[in-house]
This record gives sequence, C-alpha cells and structure tokens, in this order.
Amino acid sequence: MSPTIYLGLAGNPNSGKTTLYNALTGSRQQVGNYPGITVDKREGFTNVSGRLLHIVDLPGTYSLTAYSQEELVARNFLVEESPALVINVLNATNLERNLYLTVQFLELGIPLVLALNMMDEAEKSGMRLDTELLARMLGTPVVGMAARIGRGKEELLHTVISTAEQTDQSSWRPLEISYGPDLDPVIQQMCGIIRQNSFLTQRYPPRWTALKFLEEDVEVTRRGYEADPETASRLEKICREIAEHCERTLNTHPEAIIADYRYGFINSLLKQGVVERSRAMNRVSFSDKMDRVLTHKFLGPLVMLAILYAMFQITFEVGEIPLQGLVQLFDWLSEGIKAILPPSTLRSLLVSGIIDGVGGVLSFVPLIMIMFFCLSFLEDFGYMARIAYMLDRLLRGFGLHGCSVMPFIMSGGIPGGCAVPGLMATRSLRSPKEKMATLLTAPFFTCGAKVPVFLLLAGAFFPESPAQILFWLTLVAWTAALLVARLLRSTIIRGESTPFVMELPPYRLPTWKGLFIHTWEKAWQYIRKAGTLILAVSILIWAAMSFPAPPEGSTHAVKQRIQSIQAELEEAEAKQRRTSLQKELQQARGQQDKLRLSYSLAGRLGHGLEPVSQWAGFDWKTNISLVGGIAAKEVIISTLGTAYSMAETDSGQGASLSQKLARDPSWSRLKGVGFMVFVLIYSPCFVSVITIIRESSWKWGVFSVAFNTLLAFALAVLIYQSGQMLVS
Amino acid sequence: MNQPALSLRQLTKNQSARIVSIHATGELGRRIRDMGLVPGVEVTILGRAPLRDPVALKVHGFTLSLRNNEADHIQVEPLQESTT
Repeated sequence: MSPTIYLGLAGNPNSGKTTLYNALTGSRQQVGNYPGITVDKREGFTNVSGRLLHIVDLPGTYSLTAYSQEELVARNFLVEESPALVINVLNATNLERNLYLTVQFLELGIPLVLALNMMDEAEKSGMRLDTELLARMLGTPVVGMAARIGRGKEELLHTVISTAEQTDQSSWRPLEISYGPDLDPVIQQMCGIIRQNSFLTQRYPPRWTALKFLEEDVEVTRRGYEADPETASRLEKICREIAEHCERTLNTHPEAIIADYRYGFINSLLKQGVVERSRAMNRVSFSDKMDRVLTHKFLGPLVMLAILYAMFQITFEVGEIPLQGLVQLFDWLSEGIKAILPPSTLRSLLVSGIIDGVGGVLSFVPLIMIMFFCLSFLEDFGYMARIAYMLDRLLRGFGLHGCSVMPFIMSGGIPGGCAVPGLMATRSLRSPKEKMATLLTAPFFTCGAKVPVFLLLAGAFFPESPAQILFWLTLVAWTAALLVARLLRSTIIRGESTPFVMELPPYRLPTWKGLFIHTWEKAWQYIRKAGTLILAVSILIWAAMSFPAPPEGSTHAVKQRIQSIQAELEEAEAKQRRTSLQKELQQARGQQDKLRLSYSLAGRLGHGLEPVSQWAGFDWKTNISLVGGIAAKEVIISTLGTAYSMAETDSGQGASLSQKLARDPSWSRLKGVGFMVFVLIYSPCFVSVITIIRESSWKWGVFSVAFNTLLAFALAVLIYQSGQMLVS
Repeated sequence: MNQPALSLRQLTKNQSARIVSIHATGELGRRIRDMGLVPGVEVTILGRAPLRDPVALKVHGFTLSLRNNEADHIQVEPLQESTT
C-alpha cells in the first residue's frame, strides 16, 4: 500500500470547507491553476500516523452540473484523478441542501467520508443529529465535527485513513435512487443501451450517464458524441421523447423531476430520525438581527459606505507606521551604497535601478497586507455577499451583476486590491456578457499599485488630505467603471442578464488562521511580482534611461564646468563660498544628467510623445513613467524616482520624491489631478492584460489597452484644459 | 384554508408560503433547485434590498436572495399563520 493517500475535499460554499482545509493542512499549502482554465487549484499536505495525506481543495459547489467552471473542475477531478476518497464537508445546520451534492457524489460512485461540520451551531440551534444512523442509511462513514474549534479533526483523519485502507475503488457501488414511474423505466432502458455499447462506461457509471443525458448536460452529451455518435443520438432521442411526454402530461421537465426526487430521497432520510428539531428552531437568529440593520433600507447603504471608508482609513493610519520604517530602511541602503561606491554605472544600477525600483514597491507591502486582511475579514465575515445583495439592482442597471461587486472590490473598489485576482474573480460570473463588461472595467479601480502613485501625488500637492484624495479617486473609478460598463453593454456586448440566485451566508467571526493564510497568500503574490517582474522591468527601464550615452561633444561643456567647480571647491576656504560652489556643482550635475537622460532611449520616446501629451500638460519625464507603467503600475513611481534622482544626483539628500515633485516648476496641482485620473483609467498593467486575454481572448486584451488609454487621455486633457481656462 | 397560488414576488415581508411549482427551465431552473427551492418547501420573506430588489428569503433556516423577476417563476400558496 502506498504511503501517500490522495484526497479530494468537496462541499457547498459556506460549509466551512476552507476552515477545515486550513485546519488540516496548515501552512503546507500551495496554489496553482487547473490547466487551460483559471480556477485555483489548492493542494495541501499533512502527516498522520506515518501516512502522508495529499489533499486537493475542490472549489465550493452546490451541484455537479456543467453550468460553471467550478462544477466542471470538481466533476472532472473526481472522474479523472480518481482520489482514494473524497471528504464531503456538509453544513450540519442545513443538511437538506448540503446532502443534494452528496447524493450526486454517491450516484457517481465516489468513495466518500462525510464531515458534518458546524455541529456546535446545529446543537445550539436545537437540532439533534444521529450521525450513526445517517452513516448506516447512506453506507458511508460520517464524522460530526466543528472545524472552527478543532472538534472532530482527529476522528475525521483516522476515519479517512481506515476507510482508504479498507476500500478499493471497485467496492463502492453507485447509489441508485428511484426517479418515479415516469423516469425509472426510461432510465432502465437507457442503462441497457449504455451497457450494451460500453458507452462512456470507462468514465462514468451507466446510470449517471443516463441521468446526465436526461438533464441535457452539455459536457457529457459532447463527450458522448465524440466517443460514439450513434449511441449518443439514440439516447438523445429517448430523452427528447420523455421530455415531451413530461411536458404534455405533467407540465414539467425531466431535469426538474430528477431534482424533486433527489430532494425527496434526502427528506425521507432525514425524517427517519437523522434530524430532530426542538421548538427552539424558530427563534430569530443572531444573523437575521444583524441583517435587519446591515441590509436596512436606509441604514444598510449608510453602514456600507461607512465600512468602506473606515476600511481605508484603518489601512492608512496603521499602515503608515511600517511604511515609514521601510522607506527609511531603503534610503539608508541607498546612502550606504553611495558612501561605499564611487559614482559609476554599477552604483547607478544598484541605487537608481534596483533599490529605488524594488524598494519603492516593497515598502508598500505592509499597506497591502493590512488591506487584504480587511478584505478577507469582510469576505469571511459574510459581508461581501450583502454588498452584492444591496448593490445588485444598481449594477444590473449598468448591465452588470451583483456578483460584479466582488471582482470590482478585489480589483480595488476598496483601494488596495489588485486587478489580477479581481479579474480572476470574474469566473464566478456565469454570463459571458456580464463577465466581459466586468473584465473590461475592473482595471479602472484603485489597485494596490496605483495607491502609492496617488499617495505620492497627494503628498506633493494635497499634503493635508491624502485620504480624501484617495476617496474621491475611488468614486471617480466607480463612476467610470459603471458608465463604461453601461456603454459596452449597450454597444459591443449587448444581451440578456443572468440569474442572481445566491446564498447570504450567516455572519461568522473569521478565524485568525484563515485570515492570516489569505493575507499572506495575497501579499506573497504581490512580493513575488515585485521580486521578479518588477525587478526585471526596473532594470530594463534603468537601462533605457541610461543608454545610449550622449556623444562626447554634447556633454563636453558641462563636464568641463563640473571639473572647474570641483577644482575651485578644493581650494575654497570660506564657508559661504563653499556652499555657493556646492550649489553650482549640483546644478551642473543636474544639467549633465538631464542631457544624458534626454538623450537616452526613454528620453527620446518621452520627447517624441510630448507634442501630443502636452495637451494634458505631461512633459517627457511624465511620459516615460507612464509608458513604464504599462509594464506594471508600480513602475510609475520607480521610474519617476529614477528620473528625478538621476536628474539631481546627490542634491536631494533625504528629500522624498513627493517633495521633489512639489518643488518642480513643471508640476502643478492641476497637472497632478490630470495625472492621477490618467493613471487611474489608462491601460491595464501587463499582467492584467495577460489575465484579460486568458479570461477572454487576445482581441479584448488589445481592446482594453487601446480603449482605456484613449479614454484616460481624453479625461486628462479635459481636466487640464478646462482647469487652465478657469485659472486664466 | 389555503389561499390561491401567487407568485413569490407578490409576498410581503415576514409572510410565509409553501412552494407549489417552479416554471423556470435551463440554468435559472437549475440554480433555483440547487438552492433547495423545490415544490413543498416552505419559505419566509425576510425583506428586500434597499432598492426593493433582490428579495431575501428564509429556506430551511438559511438565507437566499433572488431577483424579483426570478421570483416570478416560483408559484406559492401563502400559509395562514403568516404575521402581518
């Protein structure tokens, strides 16, 4: 027997599956992707009495249909990867619905261990559950537990191991339940045909195939036609006939009959003594009381706005402390290198390319961690679903879906998200059209990489109110996203809206472990991006800003001037004379570096764009940073930093970039505002574009780059030009 | 005792009813059934979102939400003991 046991972990959303997964695997987790699609593949490991358990956390689903990628992933995992067994997590307080998925696993003939989670809550609400009876009736081991407080974890693990050791795949016979007088004979007939022709029998139990044909499952039908078109069309014909019969005599559809009988089967199980309810069941739950306030007609939206506002106040008040520490650390590193190394290309690479670039990005890690912490808290607490509930009517008006809120918020609807996970979150949207509109507008939000840019500019031009600036920019982002979504949904992506039917999970205090795991996962994604892509990009950009070097002749005059000032400085004694000489030296060096930068590849590109960009008040330095920002928004700051520190080497000791901008005559409040709006709206970053392409097609990726940039430029020009007119 | 069937949309806050039939097909029908909404099940209206849509329901002790135009597909018979 192999020492590793391969397990799947499955269950409804909100059944506490993730909590159990975290409790089982702790820190030994990894996140990847299923090939070809973007559903996360979460795997973890744990050692139990000398056996290694390899656990795959399947996406939370209510059913095993072919309507969503999540359900297809779960189904294909079960069929293709043949795990030793599947731990089916059920919410004990809602067995009626949670067992609906279990029945479908049993019909597939998957070896199961049922984990009845949240037993403590069930008991508190006056329910008594007979797990042994349930186990006997379903023929699967059942373990009662409460993953949040660690109850039943050991028992579950031992049950899993002993079940896995005792059973081999073939000993599990698929469950057969009756689907009534209309369907049962038809299913019999279909099973006969399926067995005769060995139709998909390698893959699915015959009865499962028959049921899926009756349910008109797109994927199974497709596979059927690929394997044996003749049998497939025979089966489909039978299904069509019975569907017409049901329609005519019962005014219903085989799919609905199948669901009714499954629920009937579950109800009869539960009524035979599995669940006993005392009268206390009718009391109003704590969650319902919370909802009376949190989704109240007037209070609900007010509380929602207050929560969103409070969330970024917390983020900035608390995040400021470690942020300053890190900024100082990187300043100290730069100074150290400057003290050790003489001015050279290597020093310039280290200081301007690597430390300024990556340091600028990494110093925002604490901020991002706090934001993700708050975000995870709201999601695990159950509040995200309420946001979707309250905003659905509004979003539908713009051709979106209540569930578009999630991708929007993840992307930075609450400042500090990231468009990449946000874009990935759109796969919970089942309508391709609403998903497209969400995909294309999600990059407008104030993601974690744009926030530092805004803070930088707010620090330079509105030093008294950075949080307010961010708040207003967030409102601009929402307005732009909604209006553009409406525009897109009534022009190039027109079409009907999709079902909203959604669970509002009971409010629950999140576990610390879960919050920390989520937060760390997100922060690590960000750090990894900073460490790899952004490092590479900032070196590239540094190179583009340093080479080609200007020809000897053009810098000759400046060089001579520097040399003569240096010579004079060495001889000068008087203090006053020395200071004025040093100032002159700085100016000369600044000139030299500006010449160099302006001659470099980046400088030429920036200059080349100036005739157009001047309409928005952007000069060539701004242009360079914005072009760099297409690679990754973090690069905007590092590029501006590089541009300004290169142009004023050694002059601004301790002066932060934001002070430099505030002092620079080419900048003004007006340009600052235009710049911020441009950064907010223009082309998604490189990684986002790749994600959009992966979620849709390359055409939409190109579209988003071009369309967003044009829109952003139009807005920036509008702001700058109208502002100029008002001033003059 | 039983009143004639209504659509779920017509129920008011705190009213309880039993589902009689569901006339949704395809994905909407599937999603409604996945959530445990099938004939014979009792539901109670918890309230509506601030913009009067979607509606929140209690089913099997759990809270679900669906849009008004989705609730139109669900026929119910109100239960007598419903409070006003």
